[in-house]
Amino acid sequence: MAELIVGAIEAVLMIFIGLNLAVFLLYFERKGSALIQDRVGANRASITGLGRKLGLPNLGIINTLVADPIKLFTKEDFVPAGADHFLHTLAPFIALFPVMITFVVIPFGDTITFGGRTFGLQAAPLSAAALYLLATIGIGVYGVSLGGWASNNRWALLGGIRATAQMISYEIAMGLAIIAIVITYGSLDLQAMVRMQGGVWFGWLPRWGIFVQPLAFILLLTAGIAESKRVPFDLPEGESELILGYMLEYSGGKQAAFMLTDLAEQALVAMLLVTFFFGGWQVPWLYRDGFHLPGGAIVALAPLLVSIAGVVAFLIKVVILCSFMGLIRWTLPRFRYDQLMKLGWKILVPLGLANILITAFVVVVAGGAH
Amino acid sequence: MPIALFWFLAAVSLISAFGVVLQRNPLHCLLALIVTLLAIAVLFIGEDATVVGFLQAIVYAGAIMVLFLFVIWLLNLRAEMGPTGHLGLKLFGTIAVAAMFAELMAFLLPPHLQIKFAGHAAGYGSIDSLSQTLFSEYLVAFEVTSVLLLVAVIGAVALARRSTASEIQEHAADNARKERSAAQ
Repeated sequence: MAELIVGAIEAVLMIFIGLNLAVFLLYFERKGSALIQDRVGANRASITGLGRKLGLPNLGIINTLVADPIKLFTKEDFVPAGADHFLHTLAPFIALFPVMITFVVIPFGDTITFGGRTFGLQAAPLSAAALYLLATIGIGVYGVSLGGWASNNRWALLGGIRATAQMISYEIAMGLAIIAIVITYGSLDLQAMVRMQGGVWFGWLPRWGIFVQPLAFILLLTAGIAESKRVPFDLPEGESELILGYMLEYSGGKQAAFMLTDLAEQALVAMLLVTFFFGGWQVPWLYRDGFHLPGGAIVALAPLLVSIAGVVAFLIKVVILCSFMGLIRWTLPRFRYDQLMKLGWKILVPLGLANILITAFVVVVAGGAH
Repeated sequence: MPIALFWFLAAVSLISAFGVVLQRNPLHCLLALIVTLLAIAVLFIGEDATVVGFLQAIVYAGAIMVLFLFVIWLLNLRAEMGPTGHLGLKLFGTIAVAAMFAELMAFLLPPHLQIKFAGHAAGYGSIDSLSQTLFSEYLVAFEVTSVLLLVAVIGAVALARRSTASEIQEHAADNARKERSAAQ
């Protein structure tokens, strides 16, 4: 029973982290983009005006994290005439739900010992977690496509069709990348994958997945960004041609749910990349008893501190990857639709298949690549 | 699996299955079908067939249903009309369906139907045991099925592909020749 309660608390915590990362990405979207494009960005809202009196720069935090959400959630919830009322309301939830429930399988730490009991820091320790990921990500397509269809608007329907086609195309590349990773680690269990990335090669190089599977990293990163429909893969939203695509007829909280889905999906992709390729919660050279530095020096640490260091390392890595994806988003222009499909089917899928072949060959010959 | 969970999932899958048949709007039917498939996937997982359950969710609920969605969109299916045909046909149809339902129930209801939750050996339904069985005992069937699927894919491509430019020319030349011979 205690296990279940701890698992539930961890699940809530993980969803909380995921949503906060989405908020971080939203802030990056507003203020980070301004930084990249040499603009001022959001700087109007202020609660007391105190910052201005003291001559501090306005970081736009109240703007993006308080004022904007309040504005969104107090707007009229509009359903267009002739729309399918039921599906129109249901679609944002169908979109958001699968992303939320995927967060629970990500291991965010090793184990933690409280009062003589040891708990694993993974809300749902599934043995087939890699399959669970693919299943939930696959279900996520429906929210977007049904939202586009139920709006009774041609632009929205076009956006929904584009989104569906794009997401199922890139799901294949994503699945192929994950298969190569599963072959490499010989396990579907995410926690086991992270455990295998502990330790070092040559006495100094952390045994992270990126050094074994660089191609799978690129594939999963690309497919992940396409899956979350962010620039350069934001054709379903394409403002200049489809206005906002499948979100066009949504307002207020429902549209916020769609936007949150994209951002949370991006946070999820960052977590997956960290888990598969950057050692999850592993801190380089940190073992259960403390740091074993490459020179041979040992710095002892308390077990509780080691556990907490793992969680902090996981969060730092995820934030770095989120920022990296934000950088990509504000650097690259949008693809054309034929380019998108060509990249997906003619480049990523063959590369993924070749990667699986080579990985399987190496694993069989060497008896385990990792 | 707790018996209450089993009954809940059974109820969900049955009600949504009825939804597939009874609703008029094809997209609502599709949604109900997705719910059915997911409920069955959870039933699999509850009975320790974890991998099969997840594969059911990935392949059926996640991929095949998307294709259904595309078919509904591309054929532009709207809400279906009510049953057509004269009264006699309707009457006959109703009686036939009722008879079939009664027959099925006679064979499916207790004492034939017994719900048992057999305890499974450790590792049952895991990907290890599944692949051990699939790639040793059922290897031939597995390979034959994959060849069958490949044939189906090639057939679909062959049927759906556009003619190449040279084939169109050949076809036109053929037609012209036939017309000439007909004229002579």
